[in-house]
Amino acid sequence: MAENRDFMNRRLHSLLGVIPIGIFLIQHLTVNFFATRGAEAFNAAAHFMESLPYRIFLEIFIIFLPILFHAVYGLYIVFQGKSNTTRFGFFRNWMFLAQRITGVYLLVFIAWHVWQTRVQAAFGADVNYDMMAEILSSPFMLVFYIIGVLSATFHFSNGLWSFLVSWGITVTPRSQRLATYATAVVFVALSVIGMSALLAFINPDLANM
Amino acid sequence: MSEDKQVRFIITRQDSPDSEPYTEEFNLSYRSNMNVISALMEIRRNPVNAEGQETSPVVWDMNCLEEVCGACSMIINGKPQQSCTALVDHFEQPIKLEPMRTFPVVRDLIVDRSRMFDSLKKVKAWIPIDGTYDLGPGPRMAENKRQWAYELSKCMTCGVCLEACPNVNDNSDFMGPAPVSLVRLYNAHPTGEMNKPERLEALMGEGGIESCGNSQNCVEVCPKGIPLTTSIAALNRDTSLQAFKNFFGSDRA
Repeated sequence: MAENRDFMNRRLHSLLGVIPIGIFLIQHLTVNFFATRGAEAFNAAAHFMESLPYRIFLEIFIIFLPILFHAVYGLYIVFQGKSNTTRFGFFRNWMFLAQRITGVYLLVFIAWHVWQTRVQAAFGADVNYDMMAEILSSPFMLVFYIIGVLSATFHFSNGLWSFLVSWGITVTPRSQRLATYATAVVFVALSVIGMSALLAFINPDLANM
Repeated sequence: MSEDKQVRFIITRQDSPDSEPYTEEFNLSYRSNMNVISALMEIRRNPVNAEGQETSPVVWDMNCLEEVCGACSMIINGKPQQSCTALVDHFEQPIKLEPMRTFPVVRDLIVDRSRMFDSLKKVKAWIPIDGTYDLGPGPRMAENKRQWAYELSKCMTCGVCLEACPNVNDNSDFMGPAPVSLVRLYNAHPTGEMNKPERLEALMGEGGIESCGNSQNCVEVCPKGIPLTTSIAALNRDTSLQAFKNFFGSDRA
């Protein structure tokens, strides 16, 4: 297998992006969505996730290590490419570029987000509705988070499309085109879920519920 | 001579592989149906630039002159293509000619496409039938399959798909779409299929299929309309299966 290291790494990168990272993204956005039902509902959902058994192992093997590998190897992939959308302005070429731009943005965003929430929790802070409401009360942070969530939903949806190609599931142009439509729907749906949650954290009516 | 219609060319030139590129402009008299190659031949016949100075003739590569060999590929008004079938009437003026810089420039518009031929050797893009005795006739290929495979066989190793690929550059050793698609051609052949695992292994090696980033520029620019991205996806499937076979240890047949 050693002679195929690049091949295996690249396939692993593609797989990890969907399982478990993509699944985790959907789960994370779903828990966030509880904020649209008020502070109490969100805190209860967040508390449920917090109190899962052997949580540290779930975090390490389902979240931290996969994301770390995906991020580091992804950066290596970014540096291998030379964008040429000015010369070849085709739709997929723009998607290729957007996948790399959102990937790099997410590297910064997720690092900061983990520092602001999970690392602070390790230092004894309470991760709850009030914490997010306070973070998002800054207009700069709100924009930073909005772009972050949209980058994540785009990167996942477009990555799902290329996952289907990279593993040889969608081969014909027709199946690839249908996958484009399907993943566009995924992008819109996840973006609506993510944006609703973000806006719920800055809604004073929901804070008191 | 009657009122002369002019055609203006801006050509990116380079005197040697290591020297700096520069542009030089040329004005030529228009002739009906002239193409880029006939214009270059005119410059070679009378190498005088737009300022009226005598200069060295512009050099370029060519062979078949009917878009079958791929040798005369260059960038014309920003698009990589064959200069033999590039009719001057179809382009906005001035017409800009540049070498395909994805490949090492030898001189002016001539590039060295060796990396493509090395890739073809790497993936064994041929059907081995040589032996010390007559192997007899091989298995027959169904006519409908032959017609389908013929489309893949139109690849002329021109390098346009590599030029358009964002992942073929100095930072990456990706072999590009053309050799990948040829693996599909030779794996589809009833005799070539006997060496299918070897070709797949080569594609799974360094600079192989995994470096494809799915920008799909290749299929848009291929002058022969070869379904390059379908080939890549089909071989993604084949290499996935090959990887499972290799790892879980079923036999290689």
